[in-house]
Amino acid sequence: MPEVLSAPLVVEFPFTRSLGPVQSAFLTGLRERVVLGVRTTDGRTLVPPVEYDPVTAAELRELVEVAPTGTVTTWAWNHAPRRGQPLTTPFAWVLVRLDGADTALLHALDAPGPDAVRTGMRVRVRWAAERTGAITDIACFEPHDGEPVRPGGHTGAFEQPLTGIVTPARLDYTYSPGRAQSAYIDALSARRIVGERCPSCRKVYVPPRGACPTCGVATAEQVEVGPRGTVTTFCIVNIKAKNLDIEVPYVYAHIALDGADLALHARIGGIPYDRVRMGLRVEPVWTEGARHPDHYRPSGEPDAPYETYKELL
Amino acid sequence: MTGRNTPGPRDIAVVAFAQTGHRRSTEDSSEVEMLMPVLHEVLARTGLKTADIGFTCSGSSDYLAGRAFSFTLALDGVGAWPPISESHVEMDGAWALYEAWTKLLTEDTDTALVYSYGKCSPGSVRDVLTRQLDPYYVAPLWPDSVALAALQAQALMDAGHTDEAALAAVGARSRADAAANPYAQLKGRVPQGDYVVRPLRTGDCPPVGDGAAAVLLAAGDRARDLCERPAWIRGIDHRVEAHSLGVRDLTDSPSTRLAAERAGAFERPVDTAELHAPFSSQEVVLRRALRLDDSVRVNPSGGALAANPVMAAGLVRIGEAAARVHRGDSDRALAHATSGPCLQQNLVAVLEGDPR
Repeated sequence: MPEVLSAPLVVEFPFTRSLGPVQSAFLTGLRERVVLGVRTTDGRTLVPPVEYDPVTAAELRELVEVAPTGTVTTWAWNHAPRRGQPLTTPFAWVLVRLDGADTALLHALDAPGPDAVRTGMRVRVRWAAERTGAITDIACFEPHDGEPVRPGGHTGAFEQPLTGIVTPARLDYTYSPGRAQSAYIDALSARRIVGERCPSCRKVYVPPRGACPTCGVATAEQVEVGPRGTVTTFCIVNIKAKNLDIEVPYVYAHIALDGADLALHARIGGIPYDRVRMGLRVEPVWTEGARHPDHYRPSGEPDAPYETYKELL
Repeated sequence: MTGRNTPGPRDIAVVAFAQTGHRRSTEDSSEVEMLMPVLHEVLARTGLKTADIGFTCSGSSDYLAGRAFSFTLALDGVGAWPPISESHVEMDGAWALYEAWTKLLTEDTDTALVYSYGKCSPGSVRDVLTRQLDPYYVAPLWPDSVALAALQAQALMDAGHTDEAALAAVGARSRADAAANPYAQLKGRVPQGDYVVRPLRTGDCPPVGDGAAAVLLAAGDRARDLCERPAWIRGIDHRVEAHSLGVRDLTDSPSTRLAAERAGAFERPVDTAELHAPFSSQEVVLRRALRLDDSVRVNPSGGALAANPVMAAGLVRIGEAAARVHRGDSDRALAHATSGPCLQQNLVAVLEGDPR
């Protein structure tokens, strides 16, 4: 059995999010070095603020400025910062109740070591040099010995309020397709196409995924299929996808490879798009160095009779 | 005993449970390849075939797989032809079980298959779990799952509810109990290790691993036909707390307490509790919320500190509790599952065997 394959897989996405009025005021405030909370109906001040009361679900709108100084309510020492975290040197995660607030904000505390941190210690905001209207506009907290800073009484009204934010996210994986798909990919590198036969219903699935989706049992018996096959159905693509190096219109088809009981899909080339038809016999076209067929083209054989592929539609 | 003439909801039981051996990495298998043996095992235990199952529900997470709609691939292992009645939760399988239990209550069907799986090995689960946090105020800071649990642990210490030695004892007891569990990943004497995020050390944290679990539910007489001693679900409930950590009292778990109350957990003592506490400090919170004293056998399986296949670990707790009832080791067991940071969401089920 060939080795199970694996490859790096990066999932990266710039999440674009719209802001409600309270979130907008809070994040715009951070850009302007102002920390805002929201007042609940029972008179508490939530920082960070939310649009709906977490207890009563009442809509909240009354913004109130709180101080950039506060008290640590709990902490944890992070000796090995990870990618994306606020500081690259060891720091404390802290929940901080800012002066004037009744709830705590999560952030990082820049301190020389765990012995310099305790619950109840006084801290103040260290602002980021460049601020865009994001929670990271607070670079971190730092120890603060002085008096509480008095908030300025900001109303939360800004001239150019933010309406949205973009939060990039990236996760790194090592993808492994498992035994069945590894065998399929491995065979492709030798320009062979292999499926797997279900021990129960005897159908041959391609590409194989290690299980018969009909019977729900493991498949293991490898069967070489193709290379030629029959177009069972197709569509004509008229809109060019971003970054796609194929001229439109082109044909995308289901192809029942000889010996397979499930059609796979691929592009059809080497024939004008309006002459592709059900029953057309095709063969794969491999390009130099490619890991899978680039497309399928007419093999020159007569069309397959409908009866030979109707079960595979 | 359950029929349309009987007042009140019908009786529903866990009649079979299977799990994989949980391992650090299963890169030689795809999700469906990992899952199929446990699906086949629960069916074999009851003699049921896929076609006999009235409802199928699964739990998993695309963020673990790094792929959209990843659960659809796992469906290959169920045998979805002829068409089946199927649903999925993007959560721990314990919540899939809750959905299946609700479906059985409607009397549309008598049997349900519940499964869940998680492969933590392809990515970094500490980072992956940050994607379930508030995307505006918290997720951009990338606070990993250990960091958030460590904040909770420090709050517990400040409140005088525990200390580092007590936490180490939780980890040691869990791994010692896991020595008798052939499926556990981390068992026996495990060093407490260095701080991961202080005050939590390696021994306070769950192993990172891959695994799957499956449970079969059946109603009324069907359950008695399929299992010698069904684990009747006497009550099940789940509750959620505010998303923002700074709003919550991290030393308490009111959602667990309320779920337990609604599930009837406090009506009579339980003899066993399978708690889904991935961190030693979370067991401290749960024991207090559930008022468990030393008379209750807590996590005889070793719990999530011995094996923590994310998205399956909660379903495993229900399965382990049910298996003890099946074997006659327990007459009334509590099973708990959690989701979200610092025990944000909690599910409690009470399972009972017939009197002996």
